[in-house]
Amino acid sequence: MRMMTFAGRCAREILRDPLSLGFGLGFPLALLLLLSSLQANIPVSLFEIGTLTPGITVFGLSFLTLFAATLIAKDRESALLQRLYTTPLTGCDFILGYMLPLLPIALGQAAVCYLAAICLGLPVSGHIVAAIAGLIPMAVFHIALGLLCGSMLSVKQVGGLCGALLTNLSAWLSGVWFDLELVGGFFERAACALPFVHAAELEKALLAGDTALAADHVLPIVLYSAAVTVAAVLCFLRQMKNR
Amino acid sequence: MQAIEARSMVKRYQDVTAVDGLTLQIRQGEVFSLLGVNGAGKTTTVKMLSCLTRPTAGDAFVGGYSVTTQTEQVKRLIAVSPQETAVAPNLTVKENLALICGIHGYPGKERDARIDALTARLGLSSVLHRKAGKLSGGWQRRVSIAMALISEPRILFLDEPTLGLDVLARQELWDTIRGLKGKITIVLTTHYMEEAEALSDRVGIMKNGRLLAVGTAEELIGQTGAKDLAAAFVSIVREDAP
Repeated sequence: MRMMTFAGRCAREILRDPLSLGFGLGFPLALLLLLSSLQANIPVSLFEIGTLTPGITVFGLSFLTLFAATLIAKDRESALLQRLYTTPLTGCDFILGYMLPLLPIALGQAAVCYLAAICLGLPVSGHIVAAIAGLIPMAVFHIALGLLCGSMLSVKQVGGLCGALLTNLSAWLSGVWFDLELVGGFFERAACALPFVHAAELEKALLAGDTALAADHVLPIVLYSAAVTVAAVLCFLRQMKNR
Repeated sequence: MQAIEARSMVKRYQDVTAVDGLTLQIRQGEVFSLLGVNGAGKTTTVKMLSCLTRPTAGDAFVGGYSVTTQTEQVKRLIAVSPQETAVAPNLTVKENLALICGIHGYPGKERDARIDALTARLGLSSVLHRKAGKLSGGWQRRVSIAMALISEPRILFLDEPTLGLDVLARQELWDTIRGLKGKITIVLTTHYMEEAEALSDRVGIMKNGRLLAVGTAEELIGQTGAKDLAAAFVSIVREDAP
């Protein structure tokens, strides 16, 4: 009950912040609409709805890091967390309370993107449900990264690192906007060593119903998610103890 | 019976000693004020007693439980109103109060009853459905204190509770504290001598992390031959000049 109460508070704090809603939902939707309009006016197949939508949903997850990190950094900078540390809430309650509300937000964000994509011509199929569910490991990665950054950085630093740098990294290294093979070399190798491109490819494969191809991309995402989650938990508990 | 017993508590931050061998007993139901200039160690003492920070040496027993080894039990007995206002800004006042009730495990009916009672007692009804972050500093402080009171703790720590409150709000909080006298133990830190004199059963004066004097306001005034607590405070702090 304690954890759920705290999780409910975190969800309200995020959902009542107009900037969060604007960036988290509005920006991916605007991109979807803009790039679909662009595709309608160019002769080559660059932003087809079937490949664009999975990429946009993966890109949209990068905002979860910003939400989580901003909330935690704000709590740390205010006296609220100090007050809550004197209550019966445990470290586990705090970690789950911060992380859990963001999962339904991630799935809701993806569902809205797919709904918009259906309106733009994406065929309705059961694969959409699989694609939305397939986002969970990458959502965990981004939420845990938010917990990690929020535990270490100030609100201002979070804005710069998670708001600008991470969203750009996620966009450029996911292969959503262009084929990474066209760039090749170190850029492609670096992108393949990170989870963003695997998440985008996993989504595309799930939406196409190609589970064998999807399976090839699951492991790197799960490993990154697990590693970042462990680091985030340790870092949060450390700052809680050292406060 | 002692509600709080500190035994040779020390807190060091690298080469700074914030609290230096604090030994103190506070009786159950007592209102105890910690006075001191900035950096005297009052807030660090409250932080150690409320399990926010671990003593470098020594220990304290709050409600009979150790603040170093039985923090979970201590946290069930206490509530803290920190020096800065501590509210969830995007939640309404009612939701802030419900948050604390939920964390302490009170079910719906009990939660609502507590919120209704405290709202009436602290005059919060006009702001109950407004977002806490949109309220004035004074109102936020009242909400912050209400959040400390809603769990009806056995031991309440108030760190400079009337800082930023207007005269009326301050008087109302004083009345609330007087109403709690004898029922719960209250430890408050303050810079206002008249506040300590008006509310406290006993006063402790700290300087450079050490507890220089403890007693009732009358005892401290008598010991120093001063005309009031403010003069007694100045006399005690100056006598300890390095």
